[in-house]
Amino acid sequence: MSPSRPVPLSSALSGFLSDTALIFGRYARQTLRSRLQMLFGLLMPLLYLLFFGPLLTGLRLGPSGTSSWQSLVPGLLLQLGLFGAAFCGFGILIEKQYGVVERMRVTPVSRPALLLGRVLRDTAVLVLQSGLLVAAAVAMGLRAPLPGILIGFVFVAVLTVALASLSYALALKVSTPQEFAPVVNAVTLPSMLLSGLLLPMALGPVWLDALSHVMPLRYLVDAVRAAFAGDYTAPAMLHGVLAALALAAVSVVLCGRAFRKTAA
Amino acid sequence: MWSLCFSGAMAVITTTGLARTFTSARGPVEAVRGIDLTVRRGEILGFLGPNGAGKTTTLRMLTTLLTPTGGSATVAGCDLVTDPAGVRRGSGYVAQSGGVDPSVSVREELITQGRLYRLTKAAAADRAAELAHDLGLTDLLEHRTAALSGGQRRRLDLALGLTHRPEVLFLDEPTTGLDPGSRAALWELVRRIRAEHGTTVFLTTHYLDEADALADRLVIVDQGVVVAEGTPDALKRAHAGSADASLQDAFLAITGRGTAPQDEAPLAV
Repeated sequence: MSPSRPVPLSSALSGFLSDTALIFGRYARQTLRSRLQMLFGLLMPLLYLLFFGPLLTGLRLGPSGTSSWQSLVPGLLLQLGLFGAAFCGFGILIEKQYGVVERMRVTPVSRPALLLGRVLRDTAVLVLQSGLLVAAAVAMGLRAPLPGILIGFVFVAVLTVALASLSYALALKVSTPQEFAPVVNAVTLPSMLLSGLLLPMALGPVWLDALSHVMPLRYLVDAVRAAFAGDYTAPAMLHGVLAALALAAVSVVLCGRAFRKTAA
Repeated sequence: MWSLCFSGAMAVITTTGLARTFTSARGPVEAVRGIDLTVRRGEILGFLGPNGAGKTTTLRMLTTLLTPTGGSATVAGCDLVTDPAGVRRGSGYVAQSGGVDPSVSVREELITQGRLYRLTKAAAADRAAELAHDLGLTDLLEHRTAALSGGQRRRLDLALGLTHRPEVLFLDEPTTGLDPGSRAALWELVRRIRAEHGTTVFLTTHYLDEADALADRLVIVDQGVVVAEGTPDALKRAHAGSADASLQDAFLAITGRGTAPQDEAPLAV
């Protein structure tokens, strides 16, 4: 029996970082090869922007002095993040069938890097799509301060890290798309409806508003709406930051555990 | 590759009571109940058994994909449980499904594999060219893997498994789905790899003609334990009466069952 070899921390760290870059590069190239898929991801929020946004222009949704676009576009950004990230696990399901996941797992590659490289690719893709969505929204009539828009992108990024990790964890546990898709649908649709992505929850009856407070996503939407209104010190901003960080921390820990267990 | 594990002069794989129990809704399932085996350096070992005998579970344990629930094993001199990283450095694994992305080029897969084994970019590119040359893939380097024939795909899978010059190569049903010509070519390739690099080969197969033609020694498992082992000829003599008998007869005598439905097995080449 040979004892476990102690690995110097610095070399373990540089191995982890270079492995992460390697995995990120592999999946970034995969995305670049299928540019059409990138546009498809944008389709749903873009349709809402085009055909739902104009319905709201006469309504007062946010604080006075703000337009309905400043309420709608933050919701569409997080909707993009929600649906885009929640289905990331599909990629790993397909790779499992090809045997790619096992092929990588029998190499000395860092296990967390296998996850992080993928999640970083997903984050980059969704932030890029967010930029396109905001550009389209500006063309439709959105006016919002640049720092607020950038804060919105940061929230999309954190949401993507959290949900993509959960999605990969789920995909590792199940073996077919038929098991995966219903679970994801069962989570994403209520999340969208109950967090006021399309219309602020404050418009609804008290019970619905109260129910929505158990959805972490609601705090993120309210924070991005505050950011788009230029109100960076609103309490909603603080709550949004805390909810986003808590969601990301829980998700990454859960996914890390799933990866280690299956990766043994 | 660098490794601090030392395998003995003779044994490259040893397992003692290696076991795996799965928990299911209906209680524990003992997929592998205790495997004892030794694989010698430079040997081609055929690991056979009927469906559900525990072949795949054993292979998944030996390749670090599955943690054993009992027993112990060393692979390439490294302990399976305490030093899985050492086992990964010392062994290569070619799964039945291969493991390549159809949209990626042959060159990119080979280079990525080198990088996964922590080669520098330059070293990975060199190793990719060398492997492509050795395995007859040089003209296919820019092709997407989806465009390869079955035999070419298998050669790429082997190249990926050999990237880090492992002491031990695990092959899971390496010729399933190949046409007879490609099967014969693959057998020849496995013999050549062993002859040129002294690589120990541990292969599972459903095909008794393959085991007979390729393996120096066979280990037959059934219901999670080793039920027979020896050279193909010795097994035929002991269990089917003579060395001229078919391995199929010996196999049936040992396990009471065939490996796979007869119509699935391709004709011997």
